[in-house]
Amino acid sequence: MSIPILEICDLHAAYGRIEVLRGVDLKVPKGAVMALLGPNGAGKSTLVKVVSGQKKATSGDIHLGGVHVQNAGSEELARLGLCTVPEGRSVFPNLTVEENLTLMSYAGVPTDAVLETAYSYFPRLAERRNQLAGTMSGGEQQMLAMSRALSSDPALLLLDELSMGLAPLIVDELYDTVAQIAESGVSILCIEQFARTALRVADYAAVMTGGRIVATGEPAEVLETMSDVILGGAA
Amino acid sequence: MLGRSSSRPEGGGRRASRHAAVGGRPLLEVEDVVVQFGGVTAVNEAAFSVDAGRITGLIGPNGAGKTTCFNVITGLQKPTRGRVWLDGRNVTSMPVHRRAHRGIARTFQRLEAFGSLTVRENVRVAFDIHRGITGLVRPVAADIDALLERVGIAAYAAERADSIPTGTARLLELARALAGDPKLLLLDEPSSGLDETETDAFGDLLIELAGEGRAILMVEHDMDLVMRVCDDIHVLDFGSVIASGSPADIRNDPAVQQAYLGYADEADEADQAGEADRGAGAGVAYAESAVETTRTDLQPVGAALGAAPVGAADETTVLPAVPPAPREVNQ
Amino acid sequence: MGSLLSFTILGLFTGAAYAIAASGLVLTYTTTRVFNIAHGAFGMVLAFTFWDFSQRQGLPLWLSLVLVLGVVAPAIGWFIQRFVTRGLGEGPVSVSLVVTVGLFVGLIGLAQFVWPPEPRVVPPFMAASGIQLGSTYVTAHQIITIVLSGVVAIALYALLNRTRVGTAMRASVDNPELLKLFGGRPDTVAALSWAIGISLAALAGILLSPVIGLAYYDLTLLVINAYAAAMLGRLKSLPLTFVGAMGLGILQSFAVAYLPSDGFMSGIRAVVPALFLFVVIVAMPQAQLRIGQVKGIVSAPLPSTPKALGWGAGLLLLVALLAGAMGDADLLLVGTAATYAMVMLSLVLLTGYGGHVSLAQFTFAGVGALAYAKLDEPNLYGLLLSALIAAGVGALVALPVLRLTGLYLALSTLAFGVLMDKMIFQAEFAFGFNGTLQAERMSILGLQVASTAGYVLLMAGFLVAMALALLWMRRGVLGRVLIAMRDSPAACGTLGLDMRWFRVGLFGLSAGMAGLAGGLFAGLRGTIGAADFQFFNSLPLLLLAVVCGVTSVTGATLGGIGLMLLPVLQSSRPELAGLVFAVLGFGAVALGRDPNGLANLLFKLGRWLDAEIGPRVRSRLPVLPGRAQPAELPASGSVDEPLDLDRAAAHELYPPAPAATSPVSPPHQEVPAHAR
Repeated sequence: MSIPILEICDLHAAYGRIEVLRGVDLKVPKGAVMALLGPNGAGKSTLVKVVSGQKKATSGDIHLGGVHVQNAGSEELARLGLCTVPEGRSVFPNLTVEENLTLMSYAGVPTDAVLETAYSYFPRLAERRNQLAGTMSGGEQQMLAMSRALSSDPALLLLDELSMGLAPLIVDELYDTVAQIAESGVSILCIEQFARTALRVADYAAVMTGGRIVATGEPAEVLETMSDVILGGAA
Repeated sequence: MLGRSSSRPEGGGRRASRHAAVGGRPLLEVEDVVVQFGGVTAVNEAAFSVDAGRITGLIGPNGAGKTTCFNVITGLQKPTRGRVWLDGRNVTSMPVHRRAHRGIARTFQRLEAFGSLTVRENVRVAFDIHRGITGLVRPVAADIDALLERVGIAAYAAERADSIPTGTARLLELARALAGDPKLLLLDEPSSGLDETETDAFGDLLIELAGEGRAILMVEHDMDLVMRVCDDIHVLDFGSVIASGSPADIRNDPAVQQAYLGYADEADEADQAGEADRGAGAGVAYAESAVETTRTDLQPVGAALGAAPVGAADETTVLPAVPPAPREVNQ
Repeated sequence: MGSLLSFTILGLFTGAAYAIAASGLVLTYTTTRVFNIAHGAFGMVLAFTFWDFSQRQGLPLWLSLVLVLGVVAPAIGWFIQRFVTRGLGEGPVSVSLVVTVGLFVGLIGLAQFVWPPEPRVVPPFMAASGIQLGSTYVTAHQIITIVLSGVVAIALYALLNRTRVGTAMRASVDNPELLKLFGGRPDTVAALSWAIGISLAALAGILLSPVIGLAYYDLTLLVINAYAAAMLGRLKSLPLTFVGAMGLGILQSFAVAYLPSDGFMSGIRAVVPALFLFVVIVAMPQAQLRIGQVKGIVSAPLPSTPKALGWGAGLLLLVALLAGAMGDADLLLVGTAATYAMVMLSLVLLTGYGGHVSLAQFTFAGVGALAYAKLDEPNLYGLLLSALIAAGVGALVALPVLRLTGLYLALSTLAFGVLMDKMIFQAEFAFGFNGTLQAERMSILGLQVASTAGYVLLMAGFLVAMALALLWMRRGVLGRVLIAMRDSPAACGTLGLDMRWFRVGLFGLSAGMAGLAGGLFAGLRGTIGAADFQFFNSLPLLLLAVVCGVTSVTGATLGGIGLMLLPVLQSSRPELAGLVFAVLGFGAVALGRDPNGLANLLFKLGRWLDAEIGPRVRSRLPVLPGRAQPAELPASGSVDEPLDLDRAAAHELYPPAPAATSPVSPPHQEVPAHAR
């Protein structure tokens, strides 16, 4: 196997005295889509924060494309080709759609190209180019957020709770986009609390609980063996 | 599980609604409240009510506007539109402190304990404020101790409030809120940070407090607790109330399942064909609550919402000290 | 109507300069949330720099302009953002105020040091040209200024709305973390906005200096006009700021033209901007309580009562010894130090305990002194009445900003200071223009304290009494509520505390303490005038208080001595006068983040000595019964040690329940789980 695009070794992180990540080990192979599943409070979002450089780890190593990236700031990582779509509203609500897209060019792609890609994937955004992003529906805001992943051709795409607060139909639509991105060869780590949406597009899955990865494998196996943990009684 | 306190009425008005409960207006009525931040609508025509002597749960996915509702009720946030009624009186434009004097007290999701004071002093300040700054003539030591004892944090009395565990700090906020003997108690995720035993004791305390005639409105993610202690539940989704009713009603409400589970089985989807008009507001994945709140109840809400808790719930409720070794199925 | 036109043009000219300065202020505030009190001081220093380049070194005008606006000013702005104000925006507003006041004072000191007072002239641009508009002659400089303000407005608009980096500036206000994930650099963006902001301050300073002259204070205080204009746009709207600046310029010009030039009303002309600021602040909408405040701030330890009494007695003894040994001139200095220390005690209450900043504490002392002199009741009654009057005035200042928060309260004290300085104190019914008043030394219970030695001892007595009262208050309900309010205003509000009136009361009390000091000072000096209570002196007072430790009585005493020494130092080495200010100002910039100041270092030293040497000393002493140092021993060096008395009492009366019997788990139960 070639060098994994993301390799995390024995990662620890804490909020104050409370340790949230307690030795996370995870590998995302190049070109693969990895779904990271786990219940509420498992530490998934914290892991995203540490990997994306928004939060400092207390110990452990992160290798991105074979490069050790311990204390890099999130803006440096972003320019290196790590595209993070954080949970919740990941657009600037008081800027227009077009202004949001303009800022996406910081990742290294010219503004015109960003606009073109975004508008060709999501014609709805073109219609609303001068509307404030905050006034759009949740689904449209996520489309806008996904435009960054689409246009910047990242080395690794980190998606945190893409489906949060969205109707199933729209989530399906978004995951179709994720599949498209994956087909273009982009490696993706997508964090989801609800397994089935994410597993539809994933090549591998990992389960996190209590600040550790407790299982990794192919989606079907993981779903079967860990359904208790992931889904509880929901399915 | 402990039984409900017999002092409280069962049945009769279990179906909470914005209409008056039997025997008069509800203590708190939230009437078509809208809150917008910039272009974002956090609360969208939310309407619900809370009755005296009952525990009302306010649940919903993250970002549904629950805490914003609390801020509107207590006066920390001015609503863009809509009104808040307390005891039949419009308090929408009343300043925060005057609402407090009229009997509203609350705790906060992001802790607001007075960090540089001790636990005891925190409660003492609450008494000081409640009795007026000049009311120093009256000794309150006994009252403070009784309150600390009742909430179960007497052992921490001398600790600085910013050095105690989160769960304890939440109980401290409860004690502080109780110092003013409120009619309406708003609790924002009170059980996060408590372990199972503590949560049980806390649930009993809530039932006791409601038995004294107080209205309790609680935002809570621990569905076991909600289902156990609440008389009425309102479900908030995208800032609107999508369902109100008894725990049993809520458990079986397809719209609620959809809102919480985000992913419905085919069968459910067929059932919900009629729900299409709810548009984008229909489905909400239950989102991970902020890790900062250091929640220890790990099960997704779905576990509790489902008719029967699954066996795995026990495993996932408490942080396992030693988790199962990673199973390398592949790679 | 020629005069109307010419005054309008004059107003437009000054308004245009204000607009340039104010838009820079708004730009820095919106992108970094740091309100730069020193904005005008930067304009002043850079106007001097421009003079230096163009006049002293004889560089061509255009080159000097390019160098100042394009190189020096942006470099300063970048440096300040990077090393001084970075991260201040998220902290309590009192810290960023103190730091920028430090810059303010430091820059004035620096300017005085580098460019000692001497007449300097900056010629207007294209001095010979102008156009005739009817009966009015409009100079080219005026036209250039007005045009430039328009250019600045349009350029800023284009920058913020049409460029990527401008968009990033607006984005970073909303969510700097997300901007980073986009690959943007919020710090660079902030540095850029500071660079532009300081450049705009420089441009305004350079444009105004030919008209109002190259003066340290005049140019610096012009910032108040910029505040007023910016406030109309609520510190965020550039167009409204522009409108405010132009309106203020014209208003000021008309005030000069049409208000009587003598009598009480003449004073209004000088204070139009301050009044404007006041009115705009009062009209601001209600602020909502912030949730998620900074909390659990550490403050200096509180001494036990016997300890405080001991130190108080020691201080009195020292002053008594000094009173016996020193001549009157030196004793006057001691008395002055005591006055300053008392004014600083009022800041301990307001800033140290309450977390509010007053930029005009000396003015309140002035009110007290004025009242004492005017009442002509040289006794305890007269003194207390003076303090009460000062307290009333203080409450009056806080009243209009009842609904607002920290920054606006501080700015309204600034407006108040200017108002008193230029209008009230100078008025006939007060000290009179450049006049003085006589004040008699007071008598206590019929006993006249006439000698300087006796009077200084009396002042020391008042100082000690005030300090003890303050400590007593800190231990009681008031102190507890103050701390609670500082830790979480939102919680206080929801518990039922009406913080608005509480704040007014706090402000009044603090002003009353300053007023009492002022009254005593009047008696000490015998002759007092407006010059003794100049508004500007309140700023070094605040800074010294913070540097020495605004959370403790010790800090206030140290600060009082320090402030008394400042002018002594300055008069002994006049060439270093500016440097002293510069050191003080930049010292405050360095230390402003820790309000416990030097006093806390002393306490730490004391505890260290206690821990190192104490045991040896104590082992040779007979054991004292009762409460032996319960508070200071633990490593709680920086931890608030409130109410050890109460705690001890509580433990005696209500021993804490053993942890096991509590329904909640004992402290730190989860530690084992997290330990590995």
